[in-house]
Amino acid sequence: MTKQRFRSFASALAVGASLFAGEALAKSDITIAMQLEPPHLDPTSAAAQAIDSVVYTNIFEGLTRFMGDGSVVPGLAESWEISEDGTMYTFKLRESVTFHDGSTMDAEDVKFSLDRARAEDSANAQKALFAGIDSVEVVDPLTVKVTLSAPNGNFLFNMAWGDAVIVAPESIDDIKTNPVGTGAYTFGNWVQGDSITVNRNPNYWGDQPSLETATFKFISDPTAAFAAMMAEDVDVFDNFPAPENLPQFEADPRFQVLVGSTEGETILSTNNKKAPFDDIRVRQAMAHAIDRQAIIDGAMFGYGTPIGTHFAPHNPAYVDLTGNSAYDPKKAAQLLADVGYADGFETTLHLPPPSYARRGGEIIAAQLAEVGIKAEIINVEWAQWLESVFKGKDFGLTIVSHTEPMDIGIYARPDYYFQYDSSDFQALMELLNETTDPDERKNLLGDAQRLIATDFVNGYLFQLAKLGVAKAGVQGLWENAPTAAIDLTQISWSE
Amino acid sequence: MSRNLILGALLASLVLLAALVSFVWTPYDHAALDIPGKLKTPSAQNWFGTDHFGRDMFSMIMVGARTSIAVALVAVGIGMALGVPLGLTAAARKGSWLDEVIMRGNDLVFAFPSLVIAILITAVFGAGAINAIIAIGIFNIPVFARITRGAALSLWEREFILAARVSGKGAARISAEHILPNVANLLIVQGTIQFSLGILAEAGLSYVGLGAQPPTPSWGRMLADAQTMVSFAPHLALIPGLAIIVTVLGLNLLGDGLRDWLDPRIRVARA
Repeated sequence: MTKQRFRSFASALAVGASLFAGEALAKSDITIAMQLEPPHLDPTSAAAQAIDSVVYTNIFEGLTRFMGDGSVVPGLAESWEISEDGTMYTFKLRESVTFHDGSTMDAEDVKFSLDRARAEDSANAQKALFAGIDSVEVVDPLTVKVTLSAPNGNFLFNMAWGDAVIVAPESIDDIKTNPVGTGAYTFGNWVQGDSITVNRNPNYWGDQPSLETATFKFISDPTAAFAAMMAEDVDVFDNFPAPENLPQFEADPRFQVLVGSTEGETILSTNNKKAPFDDIRVRQAMAHAIDRQAIIDGAMFGYGTPIGTHFAPHNPAYVDLTGNSAYDPKKAAQLLADVGYADGFETTLHLPPPSYARRGGEIIAAQLAEVGIKAEIINVEWAQWLESVFKGKDFGLTIVSHTEPMDIGIYARPDYYFQYDSSDFQALMELLNETTDPDERKNLLGDAQRLIATDFVNGYLFQLAKLGVAKAGVQGLWENAPTAAIDLTQISWSE
Repeated sequence: MSRNLILGALLASLVLLAALVSFVWTPYDHAALDIPGKLKTPSAQNWFGTDHFGRDMFSMIMVGARTSIAVALVAVGIGMALGVPLGLTAAARKGSWLDEVIMRGNDLVFAFPSLVIAILITAVFGAGAINAIIAIGIFNIPVFARITRGAALSLWEREFILAARVSGKGAARISAEHILPNVANLLIVQGTIQFSLGILAEAGLSYVGLGAQPPTPSWGRMLADAQTMVSFAPHLALIPGLAIIVTVLGLNLLGDGLRDWLDPRIRVARA
């Protein structure tokens, strides 16, 4: 008996004969592993990516939605009209869409969702998406008119975010534990610390998806992730945490590896208000002291694209500025000497748990040490990172991947944790928001990228790769991650 | 001298030597990264190969020995420095409220699984070698207090102590001049055992990321880093694992051998 056959024989014994008989048919269930468990299931009140991974387009839908290639297509809004001046969007909603509890989805629900998200006391993690909305009007049950205070070329894109999904006032109280949406899957069961199950929604307005049930399983430890995948306990690992193990999956015919891009700009975040980082020359010196390729090879085993600014390379508006901060330790040392830090200085480097940060941090600390900067490594858990770095701004350097799509706007917020305060950049962002002409927007985005690169706000390292691992028979997985999502409606098993 | 003693002393001094030599010489800079040269298997250039950042494993093991020994040694030192006086005091004041307070306090510390509390301490006060030392040190206190009290109690019944008391010496002076020298053997043996436990505890704390922080090499963290790479670069885990085994085995054999050699009762029995 070959190893392979023995393995399937053993697993068949383990799960019982009944399943063995069903093996011949295409499977209708799937187990998808992810590293982090969502804190709750309301995408409209938390930034946690894990929430979107489970619920986005599966349970909740928005007026528009992202596709796997990053394009924005109609969601619950069938079509829309934009007024001449670009400030009025009239959405025509799909007919006979119902929530999982049987109530109909109509214009009132859209108004409720948008008003709730942009309210003064809203807990929405991306309130900026709704900031330009002046009013939301119900024209008739299937028509909603949204008036913006100024034209916003990004509005349809904004409405595709998981933070902008449509929820119902009837079920809003329990949304965190019992999400009721309009999607193709209904919430089934949540075993805290282990898994979440969703079931196909027979009343879905769109095409019935191929999978009947799906289980999201949470496996945080990279070693356990490898073992679970190898033992075929899970069918898909959404974003595999240990890039070093991918060659083994690639060499194994039982598996397929999907390497794509994410919206995650991985940066060496620098506290721009804290001496000596308030001096642009110090930040420039650090930028030249960092060897991006060594970090990508050492921390990510080669998976990742170098970036020279805070922008995703797969975006058409991307400008390659890596040359602006090319690896040049001599220049770095010289720059430091010029500002009186010939002997370097001491600072802290806070590292959250993902390996891009922990391993990348060790490499960066060594590279900074080459030019005399002593960065004391402080490993922190995410909760601690959010508390002391993100909220408390008590840090010198930190490494984090900013995974929100098109998030260059954070540089216009002087109170954002890296505290970059540039009136030029803020003016640029205001201009961008008022511009709808695609070419003009592209130019402005280019200017914005150049400005933060030449200001050396942060150390720009690499674009995080999406490393998916799946069993060979799984089809329809997103290769790239334009947003955090596991779109079950597209997934099926090959016969 | 037993075979155990000689073998144990050899292994322990090998590790100690590696740690001492690392102060003046290592084959390579233990912190120097060489990403293109990562994951090399052991060879003439890199005796223990290189890790996932291309650092020389032999140099890291040498410096890691330093970390382990320093943490364990100071932790045992803390345990002895506080535990032995406590034990002597408790024995000298046997049955008094002071004895009760000391020994029940020890019971309290003993009641907790030491590594779990060490994790708690380092999690609260921050990860790092110093906090690891304190955390491990605290759990050495009751060990030494108990063993000292137990041995001292039986000594207090002996005639020569009685003689000392008759000659007018106080309890503190008797403890220092007569009791302590007579329990020293036991303490040395226990110290060796605790030392090996300290090495294990340090490796355990480093493994969960609460021991010495990078770039200071530590055997436990080397093991943790190697976890996902065991399947294609087993030397990353085997080598620090072996280093821990050799050290702990050596110290245990040494402790065993020392007990056989130093314990007067066994010596008498043998003669």
